Amino acid sequence: MALLDKHKFVERNATLLLVGSLFVVSIGGIVEIVPLFYLENTIEKVEGMRPYSPLELAGRNIYIREGCYVCHSQMIRPFRDEVERYGHYSLAAESMYDHPFQWGSKRTGPDLARVGDRYSNEWHVQHLIEPRSVVPESVMPSYAFLKETPLEVTNVAMELQANRTVGVPYSDEMLENAEADLKAQADPNADTSGVSERYPKAKIGDFDGNAAELTEMDALVAYLQMLGTLVDFSTYDDAAGYR
Amino acid sequence: MADKHIDEISGVETTGHEWDGIRELNNPMPRWWVWTFYATIVWAVGYTILYPAWPLVNEATRGVLNYSTRAELAGELEGARIAQGGIMEKISKVSLEEILADPQLAQFATAGGASAFRVNCVQCHGTGAAGGQGYPNLNDDEWLWGGDINAIYQTIAHGIRDSVDPDTRISEMPAFMDILQPEEVRQVAAYVVSLSGTPRDASMVEPGKQLYADNCASCHGENGEGMRDFGAPNLADAIWLKVEGEAGIAQQIQAPRHGVMPAWNARLSNETVKQLAVYVHSLGGGE
Repeated sequence: MALLDKHKFVERNATLLLVGSLFVVSIGGIVEIVPLFYLENTIEKVEGMRPYSPLELAGRNIYIREGCYVCHSQMIRPFRDEVERYGHYSLAAESMYDHPFQWGSKRTGPDLARVGDRYSNEWHVQHLIEPRSVVPESVMPSYAFLKETPLEVTNVAMELQANRTVGVPYSDEMLENAEADLKAQADPNADTSGVSERYPKAKIGDFDGNAAELTEMDALVAYLQMLGTLVDFSTYDDAAGYR
Repeated sequence: MADKHIDEISGVETTGHEWDGIRELNNPMPRWWVWTFYATIVWAVGYTILYPAWPLVNEATRGVLNYSTRAELAGELEGARIAQGGIMEKISKVSLEEILADPQLAQFATAGGASAFRVNCVQCHGTGAAGGQGYPNLNDDEWLWGGDINAIYQTIAHGIRDSVDPDTRISEMPAFMDILQPEEVRQVAAYVVSLSGTPRDASMVEPGKQLYADNCASCHGENGEGMRDFGAPNLADAIWLKVEGEAGIAQQIQAPRHGVMPAWNARLSNETVKQLAVYVHSLGGGE
């Protein structure tokens, strides 16, 4: 109790008190902050992850705007029932370019982490317009207005730039072509070699069944159709990713 | 600390500090609470030693028990496979015909296929596999691409008009709005409706028949019986996949919709696709 007996001495010496407090607080700070600098080591090494294409990113913004995350998670947990239903459990690497991530916290509807390639574009459009026409017991609201709403295409490059600022590896080339790429991805008649080259595995074509107009439906379906499809699991070492 | 002082009214020891004659009672926490608190600290230390916990530079500590949720899952899946007693291995090895011929394998595959169907297929084909507008009914004996077990397997594994799979089934009916006049389209539609036994005005049907023979018969067959090589539906029966009525048929002739089914071998294991094929084959229309 020798230190406790010096209580009065420490408390009456402002400099000493300050230095002492700083020392104690810094221990807490270091323990909590330093591991964040090594967060990289929690992200699995995978092949295939790339930043979202401009159209997918626009769709993702609509996903967030409409609050899809309130009812849908994007996080397949490593449990047998989940992987049997949804597919391989989600990896940290799969949401490393998500700002913010869409893991969600509640499933009123099913998990969407691997919904990409699971249905046809037509199904998605029909389901978003009238969910009960394909899933009779669904309680999902209708999002028919997305098909009537033209997609706003201003500030596409700045959107990418904002993501780059927080660490998403968008290249200068991607920024320069942002708006063109966005439009080309949903246009069956456009030259899409640039999009495919910059964003491998990107789904290309008219998504909403109306090739004449670029709508929010195009963007959202483009986003949904790529979810969980990027990582090449044939080259992924499960055991190395054990956590 | 040395300055012990007992409060006169409550008889409780004070902290020894005094502010303008006011003193603070020093009521200690109950013993059981304090010991529980110490126990949780000891537990936490033990936990971080046994289980993955401390984030370090290259990776987090793995803990003495070397526990991993993902490894546990792998073990569970392996355990489930072992519990199936090698049946899955057999299903993956033998041909689809052999599965159908072996009652045990067929029963297992049908049950496994049914559960995989409920997870993956009902969203389009419906809970009872009865389909819907644009999504084929799998209970009947009308097949677009073939209804024998191998054809069903091919369709499930590689999909229809899948955007990635090179072996996917592809055909695309042209949009006849650029080829036929609107009046001609109506005539063809009238003829197509008459094929399934609905009487139609002969003045429409007769020219429609000629137009059909010139434009449609190469895929849909001379008598509208369809052609499975192209997934061209039978037009002479009363089963309509995408449209209803003559107006709908006319619209489909002008600007056809093309159904898409994903290639499931990209998502499901080959054994699961085989089981699905067996299940769908068992639904009633299997050939």
